[in-house]
Amino acid sequence: MKLSALHQSYLNRRRSPLDSSADASSKSFLAVFWLVLHCLCCLISLLLGFRFSRLVFFFLVSTPSSTNLYSPPFRPDLPPPRTDLNPHNATAVEAKTSSSSSRVVVGRHGILIRPWPHPDPVEVMKAHRIIERVQREQKAVFGSGGKSSRAVIAVTPTYARTFQALHLNGVMHSLMLAPYDVVWIVVEAGGASNETASIIAKSGVRTIHVGFDQRMPNTWEDRGKVEVLMRLRALRVVKEEKLDGVVMFADDSNMHSMEFFDEIQNVKWFGAVSVGILAHSGNAEEMVMSMDKRREMEKEESSSLSSLPVQGPACNATDKLIGWHVFNTLPYAGKSAVYIDDVAAVLPQKLEWCGFVLNSRILWDEAESKPEWVKEFGLLNENEGVESPLSLLNDPSMVEPLGSCGRQVLLWWLRVEARADSKFPPGWVIDPPLEITVAAKRTPWPDVPPEPPTKKKDQMSLSQGNNVVVIPKQQQQQQQQRSSKVRKPKRRSKRNKHEAKPTDTTTQVSSSTKHHQERN
Amino acid sequence: MMNRSSLSTILLFLFFSASSAEHNARTERISGSAGDVLEDNPVGRLKVYVYELPSKYNKKLLQKDPRCLTHMFAAEIFMHRFLLSSPVRTRNPNEADWFYTPIYPTCDLTPTGLPLPFKSPRMMRSAIQLISSNWPYWNRTEGADHFFVVPHDFGACFHYQEEKAIERGILPLLKRATLVQTFGQRNHVCLDHGSITIPPFAPPQKMQAHLIPPDIPRSIFVYFRGLFYDVNNDPEGGYYARGARAAVWENFKNNPLFDISTDHPTTYYEDMQRSIFCLCPLGWAPWSPRLVEAVVFGCIPVIIADDIVLPFADAIPWEEIGVFVAEKDVPELDTILTSIPTEVILRKQRLLANPSMKRAMLFPQPAQPGDAFHQILNGLARKLPHDRSIYLREGEKVLNWTAGPVGDLKPW
Repeated sequence: MKLSALHQSYLNRRRSPLDSSADASSKSFLAVFWLVLHCLCCLISLLLGFRFSRLVFFFLVSTPSSTNLYSPPFRPDLPPPRTDLNPHNATAVEAKTSSSSSRVVVGRHGILIRPWPHPDPVEVMKAHRIIERVQREQKAVFGSGGKSSRAVIAVTPTYARTFQALHLNGVMHSLMLAPYDVVWIVVEAGGASNETASIIAKSGVRTIHVGFDQRMPNTWEDRGKVEVLMRLRALRVVKEEKLDGVVMFADDSNMHSMEFFDEIQNVKWFGAVSVGILAHSGNAEEMVMSMDKRREMEKEESSSLSSLPVQGPACNATDKLIGWHVFNTLPYAGKSAVYIDDVAAVLPQKLEWCGFVLNSRILWDEAESKPEWVKEFGLLNENEGVESPLSLLNDPSMVEPLGSCGRQVLLWWLRVEARADSKFPPGWVIDPPLEITVAAKRTPWPDVPPEPPTKKKDQMSLSQGNNVVVIPKQQQQQQQQRSSKVRKPKRRSKRNKHEAKPTDTTTQVSSSTKHHQERN
Repeated sequence: MMNRSSLSTILLFLFFSASSAEHNARTERISGSAGDVLEDNPVGRLKVYVYELPSKYNKKLLQKDPRCLTHMFAAEIFMHRFLLSSPVRTRNPNEADWFYTPIYPTCDLTPTGLPLPFKSPRMMRSAIQLISSNWPYWNRTEGADHFFVVPHDFGACFHYQEEKAIERGILPLLKRATLVQTFGQRNHVCLDHGSITIPPFAPPQKMQAHLIPPDIPRSIFVYFRGLFYDVNNDPEGGYYARGARAAVWENFKNNPLFDISTDHPTTYYEDMQRSIFCLCPLGWAPWSPRLVEAVVFGCIPVIIADDIVLPFADAIPWEEIGVFVAEKDVPELDTILTSIPTEVILRKQRLLANPSMKRAMLFPQPAQPGDAFHQILNGLARKLPHDRSIYLREGEKVLNWTAGPVGDLKPW
């Protein structure tokens, strides 16, 4: 806080008492003299660009000292520091400090700049790791109200098939990202296989791989039943091993949001979340027709149907559970897929298992503080046809609705499978490499398959309309699966030793996929 | 009988240790060189007598300029108000351990709000003359059991320029008294050995109003807002902050990890809460309110001021809480900060999260237990009992009443 003008006025005030003894004429002369001197000093300072009063002081008052206490290092873009200034200030300080000498000196110091004042990438990485660790700690301490988080027990029924790697990797990545302890129980139809084992071994979370003796049937309805049995098998594992945590049903083709894992921590005994149903698989015509029909229905009823069908708890105005939103199967009557590779919409059950979460203590034997509205799991008879997890309860009205009473959709249900007879290389590894090689630039077939004209028209109208239905990528994938012969040259060309310009092929491929997406 | 009582004590001990262990997951206890003293209660350990000075020393100054209540030197005014209504105050001076003089020497402000220290020595001198002539307690010890709050730049040296302050030294009349000041630097004339360093005043309500939820992730690595060059008072550079702030700018202006600039954003407090490290470099004086702000907002203070003495240095272990960087090491600041192990950083954040730490830095109105007022009283209580040698014999004089620059001797 240095005020140069006030400093000068202070100097004036200091000097005036000394002159009070002199008579009036000399006083005025001195005043004028000081005024003139001040103006001169101001003008010179203006010219020079800095306050040189210290220089004058130095020349007039003290004798220069030989030692220079602080020699400032070289700073290239400033004018070289006045070394004569430093000794003056250093001596002044030295003379006045009566206590032990301080290594901190008043006066002008150089501004230290290192030779390359730019960030070092290694240090930037270290800093980012520190930031990430701090944020993780913050989340652990302050996130979700600071309560200790419970383990997540994920139950996944699966079986080895073409799309297993696709689906299972998706679920695996979601579980790996969840910031909680995860126990992943994978029940495999047809017995535990190496395919599945190799996929889930990459997860890094604790996995329990259980084999189930039945093979997965080909119709969606039968599959549903077998899946239920597989899930009950997994719940028996939870009971036997006395796993503690929140049990959720992660069907392998579903998609989970990270908020889902945060929300299910709040469950006390038995909770339900809203599930978005992506029932539209199959070809575009079906989709268009169902879309138009739904739009008609909407116009007639003028109801506030959400465009995405949602299954989950229904609450009244006071956030109490009063019922369930279930999937409306009427538009699809007679047009739903029966076999797994039918080109038609795959419909969910009335209430899908994935929309329910439960406290694993419900399944344990000793009824320590287990509420009486929960059936004893050990006595459950599977052959009676367990349809939904509500069969585990005596009183379904005690279910807790999660996700602000079902208003948040936290996961999405989807069923898409390749043809039953589709083949895929085991482990998705082509070994030994294929023998036929084709030069990259001169493939006999075009990289972009030609479009049938009828399909284009329908899809155009679709993109113009209110496209809220996610046209899933499985359509592309199904086409890819069917035209698997077209895809293989991509691999071939990569291993091709004759390829002249690898970049061209990749750009061609990327443009073809872009074209795919544009079509959709 | 014995077994049962020992069993119950064991159970109690386990219970308390368990509850404190849970508490430790978020925060850690703070104990400085004087022990675990932040939560001591000074009431009953000392008695303070407040002199009745004419209002020209305090109230009239405040009436003339109410800005004295909000600037960073407001501690002197709030300390007076706190003591007037505190249970440590006694109306009987014969039983008092400490004597307080309610004088506001920093309340003489320029139009822009900066305090002028030019009249402060005279004001202080005149106040001391008053109390020494009206009460016998000053002469009894020549002020050794009196304390004064001098929160200005260089404490009782009463000047804003460091060379001038060093020239003047501590006011000779205050040589034996205990000074409660914000300035602290080792081996410096203006820091007396028995002084108590306090934090500068920062408005607590303003800071509370800008709190954000603690689970918002800290994404800024290093944060600083303020001047790097003071072109008005230091045009050629190199004087302001001994060149340290300019070095920070020149070395790290291109570094994306360092969010430093001279802006005055409205989200200053919120940004501090989103940062891991907050720079607290020296300015014209080594202390700044940034330290208080960093502590309140949980941002680890990076203190760049050689030999600085931080507030309540005997009660708060600052080396474990903040990061100290020598001024000559400023070009390597990024290396220094990134090479701190993450466990150490997390521990520092836990220490900062301790609510008693934040309380000790603030001057809330009305006073709360554990706040800076109480820490000052704790510090004074730790200096008790007074050594017998401070009591002077009849007629013995130690202080030189005519020492100091001639201008100080003029009556105020």
